[in-house]
Amino acid sequence: MANFSGQLINLFAALLLLIAFAMLSQRRVLSLINLFALQGLVLSVSTMIVANSSSQHHLYYSAGLTLILKVIILPWILHRLIRKLNIKWDVETLFNIPTTMLVGIALVVFAFNLAAPISQMAGTITKGTLGIAMASVLLSFLMMITRSKAVPQVIGFLAMENGLFFAATSATYGMPMVVELGIALDVLVGMFILGIFFFQIRETFDSLDLKHMEKLKED
Amino acid sequence: MNYSGILLQLFQDTLVVLIAPLLLGWVNQCRAWLQNRSGAGVLQPYRNLVKLFHKDAVLAHNASPLFRFTPYILFACMWLAASLVPVIATDLPLSPVVDVIALVGIFALARVFISLAAMDIGTSFGTLGARREMLVGFLAEPALLMVFFTAATISQSTSLVTIVEALAHKQFVIYPSLAFAAAAFVMVLLAENARIPVDNPSTHLELTMIHEAMILEYSARHLALIEWASALKLLAYTTIGFALFMPWGIAEVGNWRFVPLALAALFAKLLVAGAGLALLETVSAKMRIFRVPEFMGTAFLLAVLGLLIHFLLGSN
Amino acid sequence: MTTLFSALPIDIALSVIAYWLLLGLIGLLLQNSRIISQWIFPAGALGALILAVGAVSSLGGAVNTAVLPLGLPDLPFHLRLDSLSAFFLLLLGAAGIGISVYSAGYFRNMEGNTLGLLCFEYHVFLAAMALVFMADDAYLFMVAWETMALSSYFLVTTDHSVPEIRRAGFLYLLVAHVGAIAILMCFGVMQGGHGDYTFAAMRHAHLAPFWASATFLLALFGFGAKAGILPLHIWLPEAHPAAPSPVSALMSGIMLKTAIYGILRVTFDLLGMQLWWWGALALTLGLVTALFGVIFAAVQTDMKRLLAYSSIENIGIILVGIGLAIIFHSFHKDALAALALTATLYHALNHAFMKGLLFLGTGSVLHATGERNLGKLGGLIHRMPKLALLVLVGVLAIAGLPPLNGFVSEWLLLQAFLLSPGLPHPYLNMLIPITAAALALAAALAGYVMVKFYGVIFLGQPREDKPGEQVHDIGIMERIGLTWLALGCILLGVFPVFFILHIDYVTQMLVGQTLGSTAAQTGWMWLTPIQPERASYNPLILFLIIIIGVIFTMQVVKKFYHGRLSRGPAWDCGFPEQTSRMQDTAEGFGQPIRQIFELFFGITREVPSPFDKKPHYHGETRDLLWDWCYVPIARITETLSALIGKLQHGRIHVYLLYSFVTLLALLAFIR
Repeated sequence: MANFSGQLINLFAALLLLIAFAMLSQRRVLSLINLFALQGLVLSVSTMIVANSSSQHHLYYSAGLTLILKVIILPWILHRLIRKLNIKWDVETLFNIPTTMLVGIALVVFAFNLAAPISQMAGTITKGTLGIAMASVLLSFLMMITRSKAVPQVIGFLAMENGLFFAATSATYGMPMVVELGIALDVLVGMFILGIFFFQIRETFDSLDLKHMEKLKED
Repeated sequence: MNYSGILLQLFQDTLVVLIAPLLLGWVNQCRAWLQNRSGAGVLQPYRNLVKLFHKDAVLAHNASPLFRFTPYILFACMWLAASLVPVIATDLPLSPVVDVIALVGIFALARVFISLAAMDIGTSFGTLGARREMLVGFLAEPALLMVFFTAATISQSTSLVTIVEALAHKQFVIYPSLAFAAAAFVMVLLAENARIPVDNPSTHLELTMIHEAMILEYSARHLALIEWASALKLLAYTTIGFALFMPWGIAEVGNWRFVPLALAALFAKLLVAGAGLALLETVSAKMRIFRVPEFMGTAFLLAVLGLLIHFLLGSN
Repeated sequence: MTTLFSALPIDIALSVIAYWLLLGLIGLLLQNSRIISQWIFPAGALGALILAVGAVSSLGGAVNTAVLPLGLPDLPFHLRLDSLSAFFLLLLGAAGIGISVYSAGYFRNMEGNTLGLLCFEYHVFLAAMALVFMADDAYLFMVAWETMALSSYFLVTTDHSVPEIRRAGFLYLLVAHVGAIAILMCFGVMQGGHGDYTFAAMRHAHLAPFWASATFLLALFGFGAKAGILPLHIWLPEAHPAAPSPVSALMSGIMLKTAIYGILRVTFDLLGMQLWWWGALALTLGLVTALFGVIFAAVQTDMKRLLAYSSIENIGIILVGIGLAIIFHSFHKDALAALALTATLYHALNHAFMKGLLFLGTGSVLHATGERNLGKLGGLIHRMPKLALLVLVGVLAIAGLPPLNGFVSEWLLLQAFLLSPGLPHPYLNMLIPITAAALALAAALAGYVMVKFYGVIFLGQPREDKPGEQVHDIGIMERIGLTWLALGCILLGVFPVFFILHIDYVTQMLVGQTLGSTAAQTGWMWLTPIQPERASYNPLILFLIIIIGVIFTMQVVKKFYHGRLSRGPAWDCGFPEQTSRMQDTAEGFGQPIRQIFELFFGITREVPSPFDKKPHYHGETRDLLWDWCYVPIARITETLSALIGKLQHGRIHVYLLYSFVTLLALLAFIR
């Protein structure tokens, strides 16, 4: 049973990575939000499996929290945002996707090598997935770097948090509940603030392209 | 070599030739339904073939023997490919002749010949099609190879039969790497069979066409053979997909009673896969030709990633 | 063997070398083009045949050595014929037969005195290559190596009235000599301070890892310059097209393999050790070379340059095999090393046949049309059907398609990659699958290149009609030569186990393991490198099935179909003004590759505006490595020489002053 759930966790970890790559190569804002919701869902399900197989009950709460926050509330806010900002069909021009993905693959190899000594020390059944968790953090970071529009960057930021959450689950069966609640609140508040920011940015520059921020620099 | 094996092989050879147009018809029918059309019926590809076989062939003035010879090679290659995949049973005497790498090679052989034939007449459309076909091919081929490599490293074998036996008949294990491989494989399947995001099988004379541009000069029996070969290719790819990702229900060596069940499983899987393919085609839009390398490059890298994941998760 | 071969194989080989030299001299003295083309080149082919037979008979036999009292006093020539030498002699002989026979037809219309010289250089070139394979001391090796370089230089510059060819020849000579210096230094390090330059002594000198690594790096550099490994490849696409086609075939098919031989000899035979990072280095370089070669081949417009870049690609693939073999051998996985090495040697042999065939094919096209720009050819399948068929075999083979020979070696190499997991090195385990992916990409691109090559030259309609020109198909000698090579491609593809059993002697010698015993365990038709369940490939049955499938389909169609056929004009898609100039040119066909891999090229294009009265298009893809590597080196050299040039005044007393100061300094130094 433990073996089977271990495999299941591996599968979900792989799916998480797959979604991270899909986000990296997704041009449409709308699909990006859906992918983000999907990532949250996968995360939540895998956390539940971890909770079930390791009998760590507090992980059920984490999973539920993830489900509510990252699958329902945040995507809903984002959807509303892009509708209000009228960028629902925005398509971003991306720099050469295969090259980005090649860099992504290099990051995956790097992350796994980084995680190898840590996961050897960890006693959790999910230790194999630590590398994937770190890889998804790095990939989300890469996604933020390659985007020039504001909304995808925020999604990248949120996806990074997903990766961190997964890393915590896989290395030590999650963070203490207080910390987790705090982070959840942070993310939520951050989201609101960023939402307000978006409107401000658009009002100032008439666009959400972050290239315009360069104008703020003092010459 | 035993008689039951030979019998099975012959049975499969006949079966794949006969049902290949059916799969195509089913996909087209599903597409029609999804687009709110009534459709031409699942038997339409057969009617097309009969019609084409009754027509007089017209060849261009400067068609060389290569041009006339190619449909036969294409047909033989695709037939061979489709009959080597363990579709209903793993007890196929011909299967060890070709492993997965050689299977990719056979697809490549067919592709090179059809591209050469397309260039033979010397019209601008033919060369355009050939160029694009090779463009899709040079990215699809390594991607497919990487998908196979993922399965091969899991089962420690490049023989399709052994892969199927390892994946279907041993202890049930989830392989996350196969999730990546499956995604890549679906993308390769779409591209290689001239399906929608890459090519549109139902248009002529669009500047975006690939496969249809290559076979513009073919008519009658030659065209029929090529169409049939395309259907066989689709069937071969679909059954390869079954063998790698849902190998359940394929009869083991020497298990004769299982064959009817395997046959039923095959048809059930084909029904689902055909509908899925039609759905995929309906929800996606045709890409610009220069998005295609990106699409195929993504497939290639996904397959590489799958292979990598296998080593990474396995080594910890 | 019969009484004919009761002589030692090494004697046979030496007599063939002497015989070639003699033939060359006769040609030089006679200067009669009819006799040279009708008798001397076929006689040379006979020599090649004898060499090949002798080499086969000595594979796996006892090691022959000989000492010739030639050369400097106290420094005689040491010769040795072991399995590795025999394999490469076989390669030389077998491919040489086809090329020499073809030359007999190809050169028949050449002027007598030019041909006499060419005949001399040609046979000296052959003899020198054979000597390189047999040398057993550094001295003879360098003599043979330099003779090979010089004779091929003169062959390249056969048309020395053309400035570009002179330039190509110079570049070739320059790189060859930079490489030769590295090889010389490599031998210098390897003799380990004993002053004994025989290979026998080098085998026994145990080098420290540092010096062994230095040797390997020097060998890789020196031999890499000859093989065309990145970034030392620049001479190759210049020199190969400049030479007459049979010479290109010799250089690409055989001479590049002398470098492979050198790397194998130094790494596996002379050095007693291997470090895994050597293999990783060779693997990486090989991959980069292969990808680079094939990408550049895809955008070429000159058919011989295209083939030259394709040679770079194939050398890259061979180097990948060597790298894998080194990695496996250094981790004591000798069975896998044998697999990788077999793939390497098999590919070397394949490439000799395929590339020989293709280069000779371009020679015939060049002869018939006087044109080597792909953009001006087309439709030759109608005028040269025999040539078209033979070249088709070569094209399918080099594109790595089953059931021909190129596929066999690629198959073996991919199998070796697939078996790599399990190395006691995590990074290697992770990187090797990625390199396999890159190799697969290179192999698939080769298909693209070859479709372009064949499609643009032989298919379609002639792009430029030259009135009054009679394009004739190839003559009998050319046909024999080409058929021999094409037959080689087919046989090597269909009966791999037979050849692998011979290659086994070499792998036995180099890594102590063989493939054949396992490869043949299920019968001679089945290629099963490890176990039948793991992987199996049966090209003969595959070949038969495809043929049976084609015939069966044809018969069925014939039986049920009325068979009426009419000819008509090609469909113009409703656009009536289609001309043959609207077909894809070579540049058009390579356009997708150029666009995808834009970063790799230096592209300059002049695109006409729509209002140009005389629209003119000019496109050029340059090798960026030339700008990045060679131009800076040339600039530094020029700056340095300008600095040194300041010493030169032309006044005699200043020069006397230099000598005086030097004398004083020396006197002060030895005081």
